[in-house]
Amino acid sequence: MNSSQLFGITTLCYLLSSVFYVGLLVFKNKKVGTIGLILAIIGVIIQTVAIGLRWQESYQMGIGHAPLTNMYESLVFFAWCTTLFYIFMEFKFKARVVGAFVMPFAVAAMAYASFAKRISQQINPLIPALQSNWLLAHVITCFIGYGAFAVAGGLGLMYLLKKAGLKKGKEQDSLSGSLPELKVIDDLTHKTIIFGFMWLSAGIITGAVWANEAWGTYWSWDPKETWSIITWFVYASTLHARFTRGWSGSRIAWLAILGFVSVFFTYFGVNFLLSGLHSYGAS
Amino acid sequence: MTTRKKNPVWAFFASVKLALFLLFILAATSIFGTVIQQNQPAAQYVREYGEKTAHLFQILELTDMYNSWWFLSLLGIFSINLIVCSLERIPNVIRLVKKDNLTIKSERLGKMAIRKTITLPLSLEQSVQRTTEYLNSKGWKTKKRQKDGGILLFAQKGAWTRFGVYIVHLSILVILIGAVIGSPTFAKKVLHREKFAFKGSIMIPESRESNFIYSFANGEKIDLGFTVHCSFFTIEYYANGMPKTYLSKVTILENGKPVTLKDGSTVHDLKVNKPLTYKGITFYQSSYQPYSDFLSLLVNKKTNEQQTRIISGGKQIKSKIAGISFGIINQELRGEAVQRIKIWFTDKDAAPSTFWVNNGQKAIIKRPSGEYELTIKQLYATGLQVTKDPGVWFVYIGCGMMLCGLFVAFFMSHRKIYAFVREEHGKSSLIFAGSAHKNKVGFEKVFSRLVDEFEKRAI
Repeated sequence: MNSSQLFGITTLCYLLSSVFYVGLLVFKNKKVGTIGLILAIIGVIIQTVAIGLRWQESYQMGIGHAPLTNMYESLVFFAWCTTLFYIFMEFKFKARVVGAFVMPFAVAAMAYASFAKRISQQINPLIPALQSNWLLAHVITCFIGYGAFAVAGGLGLMYLLKKAGLKKGKEQDSLSGSLPELKVIDDLTHKTIIFGFMWLSAGIITGAVWANEAWGTYWSWDPKETWSIITWFVYASTLHARFTRGWSGSRIAWLAILGFVSVFFTYFGVNFLLSGLHSYGAS
Repeated sequence: MTTRKKNPVWAFFASVKLALFLLFILAATSIFGTVIQQNQPAAQYVREYGEKTAHLFQILELTDMYNSWWFLSLLGIFSINLIVCSLERIPNVIRLVKKDNLTIKSERLGKMAIRKTITLPLSLEQSVQRTTEYLNSKGWKTKKRQKDGGILLFAQKGAWTRFGVYIVHLSILVILIGAVIGSPTFAKKVLHREKFAFKGSIMIPESRESNFIYSFANGEKIDLGFTVHCSFFTIEYYANGMPKTYLSKVTILENGKPVTLKDGSTVHDLKVNKPLTYKGITFYQSSYQPYSDFLSLLVNKKTNEQQTRIISGGKQIKSKIAGISFGIINQELRGEAVQRIKIWFTDKDAAPSTFWVNNGQKAIIKRPSGEYELTIKQLYATGLQVTKDPGVWFVYIGCGMMLCGLFVAFFMSHRKIYAFVREEHGKSSLIFAGSAHKNKVGFEKVFSRLVDEFEKRAI
């Protein structure tokens, strides 16, 4: 058994988990949701093993390094963070249906990593620029943030759906009936954004310290850096709008989605559409 | 405060609306600089976008927008906004923190969201004493006051956490101050001391040295005040051909003498991610340049005499050592990198010998006159980025403050506990009430546990 086979099984688990969570949304049967959760947990365990195995495989190749150094590995790690964050949230806040809006992100990341032609699954040695202890700190902090923001985006979407359902006044028989109360979703979105914001800040800071170690400039307005600060501005405005202007509900939901679009562009758009120093993740 | 509030300029900068607007504008305008490549030659913009658009870019300084007057002004206004906003709100926070909470009316407690009433078969004094002891033992330092026919107890935790958000605001200012202190433009145009903060680079061929660098800003020389010598540069590769290490061996010279640095040696391995700092100036391995010349090191094993020289291919070198002459008569290249060299070597006593040797590999040559070591490697220049940034510690301290501040602002809260004790028919009735300015749900649990445990213990 090698790591890519395990990643394949992970993808399958996440896919089934998503299907069951959507099933929970449609059929409102609690057992269906429990199966979704169990599949997500099995998936994340297998994925943890797979990441460890890939790490070990790199050592067997004599180029040992943490599996966090190219687009394939980062997508896998993104899926892992998102799922883990979601599972944690489900246990803590018991809002099970949220899985229908979050697990698809994990599936999309895993599937894209496995099937996109431009993404190489090969384990490559570390180029000199990446040979630093800051690599782990930087990637992990950023991706915990990304994972949280993906969940927040899913929650925002859920809020808007629920609200639209309520407006039509057919709460009883529509999908939105199985969604948590608006107040609950709103509160979860806010908490998730706060958590993500903390980690995004830490991610930007570890990146700056590392850049200063490697290049002698902690900030050079390279597109990746700039987009990370744009994302930071978006969430900073969201938090201020809520804390000081009392924004909540739909407006925060939209901002959570806008924030995730910005995260998405920071993560993907920059690598594929813009050029800059931060080109490791592109292939 | 009241006079300030009337001032429209103050009111403008104190508004959160302005902050939201600025955050939005900063985010939106920052996008331009990621789409339009920055700091390219003017001709490239004309080629890519046409003359008119290129001209517009130039007027709006979009080709170096993060240093443009308007972007820096936005950051300036943002800073003023941060300062004024914080100054406007901090007095209020101080009032909240210093507030005498014992002035609260006892009826208010019965209306608070988080509360619990218990009755104890104890006298008023006993109840007050037990409650005080209990709360103190749990870290809730309790104050008391007689009022409304009973005794009010009060304790609070984390009042200071109300400052969390202002720590974050301050941290942003500290980072921006650090950025200004470390800015070469600021050093040159405001302090008129270019050597205070600069960024530049220098190419140093192996066996050579430099006591200056070229500034990135204007290409002018900046004197280092000491000398950097590079004795060796190499690139190591992985089996698949990807670069593994760029390594320069570098020595700092003061008045021609090598300086021993903190690590106890004079020669330092400079690698990517492993810079060298001396007198606040930091050297980074950033590029390299292969030459068609070679660097040779000849050692006489008998006398330990040695000689380093730069030689060109196809030329004979007469060394000072034992009348030896040598030269390179052939070479094998992969790209620009020399793989193997064919050496011609002779001394006075015998016929010349020729042999192939790998680039940079030591060759031991036995001749009637003695034993010699000859190492010949392709000559490289190492490209060093050189930075002096006295503001970087401000930036780092600001970053640390920001993380601490965010943690305090988001995850800690100001919690209060009141207990109003009254005697009723020989028993005492205690109203416990509490509040937290954040995470009320979490505090409610803590509160219930605290009061439940007290009730159990007291009975």
